[in-house]
Amino acid sequence: MSLTKSLRPGGKHGLASKEARDPIGYAVAALSVVAQSSLIDRLGLRKQAEQAVFTTTRGGFKALGAASRSFARKGSKGADGVRVPAANPTGLFDLTPGEDEQMLVDVVSELATEVVRPAAAEADDACATPTDVLQASLEIGIPTLGVPESLGGISEERSTVAGVLVSEALARGDMGIAVATLASGSVATALSLWGNDQQQQTYLPAFTGDEVPAAALALAEPTVLFDALSPATTARIDGGDLVLDGVKSLVPRGADAELFVVGASLDGVPVLVLVESSADGLRIEADPSMGVRAAALTRLHLDAVRVPAENLLGARDGSTYLECVRLSRLAWCALAVGTGQAVLDYVTPYVKEREAFGEPIAHRQSVAFMVANIAIELQAMRLLTYRAAARAAQGKDFSREVALARKACADKGMQIGLDGVQLLGGHGFVKEHPVERWYRDLRAIGLAEGALLV
Amino acid sequence: MINLEEPKKFRALTEQAHQVAMNMLRPISRKYDSAEHAYPKELDMLAAMIDGLSESGAAEGAGAAGVRRDEKEADKGVKNGSNLASVMSIAEMCWGDVGLLLSMPRQGLGNSAIASVANDEQQEKFAGTWAAMAITEPGTGSDTANIKTTAVKDGDHYVINGEKIYVTSGERADSVVVWATLDKAMGRAAIKSFVVEKGTPGMQVERLEHKLGIRASDTAVITFTDCRVPAENLLGSPDVDVKQGFAGAMATFDNTRPLVAAMAVGCARASLDLTRDLLEQAGVTIDYDRPATVQSAAAAKFLQMESDWEGARLLMMQAAWMADNRQPNSLEASMAKAKAGRVGSDVTLSCVELAGTVGYSEAELLEKWSRDSKILDIFEGTQQIQQLIVARRVLGLSSAELK
Repeated sequence: MSLTKSLRPGGKHGLASKEARDPIGYAVAALSVVAQSSLIDRLGLRKQAEQAVFTTTRGGFKALGAASRSFARKGSKGADGVRVPAANPTGLFDLTPGEDEQMLVDVVSELATEVVRPAAAEADDACATPTDVLQASLEIGIPTLGVPESLGGISEERSTVAGVLVSEALARGDMGIAVATLASGSVATALSLWGNDQQQQTYLPAFTGDEVPAAALALAEPTVLFDALSPATTARIDGGDLVLDGVKSLVPRGADAELFVVGASLDGVPVLVLVESSADGLRIEADPSMGVRAAALTRLHLDAVRVPAENLLGARDGSTYLECVRLSRLAWCALAVGTGQAVLDYVTPYVKEREAFGEPIAHRQSVAFMVANIAIELQAMRLLTYRAAARAAQGKDFSREVALARKACADKGMQIGLDGVQLLGGHGFVKEHPVERWYRDLRAIGLAEGALLV
Repeated sequence: MINLEEPKKFRALTEQAHQVAMNMLRPISRKYDSAEHAYPKELDMLAAMIDGLSESGAAEGAGAAGVRRDEKEADKGVKNGSNLASVMSIAEMCWGDVGLLLSMPRQGLGNSAIASVANDEQQEKFAGTWAAMAITEPGTGSDTANIKTTAVKDGDHYVINGEKIYVTSGERADSVVVWATLDKAMGRAAIKSFVVEKGTPGMQVERLEHKLGIRASDTAVITFTDCRVPAENLLGSPDVDVKQGFAGAMATFDNTRPLVAAMAVGCARASLDLTRDLLEQAGVTIDYDRPATVQSAAAAKFLQMESDWEGARLLMMQAAWMADNRQPNSLEASMAKAKAGRVGSDVTLSCVELAGTVGYSEAELLEKWSRDSKILDIFEGTQQIQQLIVARRVLGLSSAELK
């Protein structure tokens, strides 16, 4: 970065472009640049610019996509893929999970408590989820949750509710790790929902086998007021190929991913495209963000990336893409509920133990009512999310329900994150307690698109 | 199996309630808002119709008395029963008019109290009565344990003395369920509820209040001066059980709070339905798939309101569903009422704002709904009382610890 470039007014360092520097401002800014570099040198912190290992902790670090295994084409591209049936409703209002669902939740909850939560702080710091945590999630079969039984998965009917319950349970451990562990399964679910026979036969065996590839659903883009329904990334047909151009963001574990499902606009209509990481023109850029850091977030640069036209996943009329956006938002709602519950679980004993003015702060209404409101809004978020999930599983239109769930999870979820820190006061602001992490994680809800789906 | 849709078997009931609300309540809504204290005579026919529906079983047990927990019923599988049917039909009726619903003969909160606390014999004795509820006193609102009205046993009667305010349908109802203490020194355990029938000597309706909203409903001040009621009119057990404490009389609230949540849900939906329509006429449509940030401010506000409203509605359904399935629902009932109460206010008031002077004018009903909704965040336990209950339950604190 040249000195003159960094001194240009506005645009950088969080300054609005209207900010202007006067002569003293220029002098101070110049001094600042010099001071920074000399300070780094003095402390011996300057390292080689080129680092052999891709790091997700430093923004802007770029690398080629991970070397992907060769996914040998199998199956028939003309044939429909396997589809599980929609869940069959009993017609009763019921808040009881099915037996299988409850078993799954119990197993995942144990993982969240025993493995995920203890690893959360370090994973947040390192911007990566440890291999053994990822491995543990694979062992309980999370990636196969949405894959039909006949294709080696565990799904007998549409698994949206199970997906939501599992996501919630994992995020109660940690949202970042939840995103990292659920990313591959989301791609497997997408292939199960929309893949044709060839796509399923080609890719799904890897996800149901022992060496589950990292994979990511890339819908978001780094633009202000991003509208998921109008991606700027384009796909154009060139002979028998699709050529992709654009930048995707919020791509979990992008550097490790061997397969991407990319959202792009084809003749003005949003579609999903399967892209293997070895494709030419594909680059990964580390994009560490405010939170969800354990998911090793990246940006995916697509520069005239060529894939066979048959890599189009699902319908070309925008319907598959729209369903994908909705299911992805639903997954994020489930994460918000899980992390919101983590906040409530944490502040409840804290405010009863912490004393001020000679008694536990929980004995004060201003504190107690904050906890009450967390409990009330959290339960509303949960019910809204469950309703949308159940409708999706039953094959009903759930566009309205998911929108309402998302609004609640974004607004109230953030409020819960905010209150979680506030209830701990100064202790909430330091990393000794996890509430500051949940505060950062919960900001993702409402802006996150893609990365996961249920 | 998780499913949060309205149960299929209640569809006919809610559809019917909706038609009644639309065709019977809405046409007289403004009339009785303006003519405060005039008796809505149209409701007599409606009440007769509802009685008929109840007897035929078509009402699914819905109504003020639908909150009774039948302990004898065989417990098998998930149940969608009269509690859920009640909140759903009451929400529909309040989509029509909250004030008129509260004036519905034989559907008073006192009826819910009788259904909640009365023994089988009393249940039979008071069948068909229209019962109002008298708890609040001039000096005692939310702190119900502090009521001053006394009941003293004298032979086979209790003698009641005291003053009750805010008695909904206090003038029109056939009887009033009065809360009184058997012994002030014994605290909340000594508080019992009594059914006092209209015309009992010593019971006097002093005046009717003029109110902000629900003006179709009469709100009475009633005094009791050496008012003698038969001993068997004491609801539940006459014993002062210090261990059980307040639980007896307070159990009523676990059952009535979801009903009040239903009123707020119904009233708020009236505002949402009309405002959505008015916004569409003004060229604003709500897009559920586009982010709120790329839609108009009005659409974004609407999305927030609808989301809050749906959350309140689902909490209401949860509380009723738990009651139907005999799960303790004190926490969930208060959650539902807290959420629905504040959402009712935000939605109805914000809809007036969105609609501008159209909303503010008496030419439309939006302004009325924003007045009616306020009481729903107050009676049967204010917002703050609900938060207190939720907080105590979540934190596991007693009323002595968290005051």
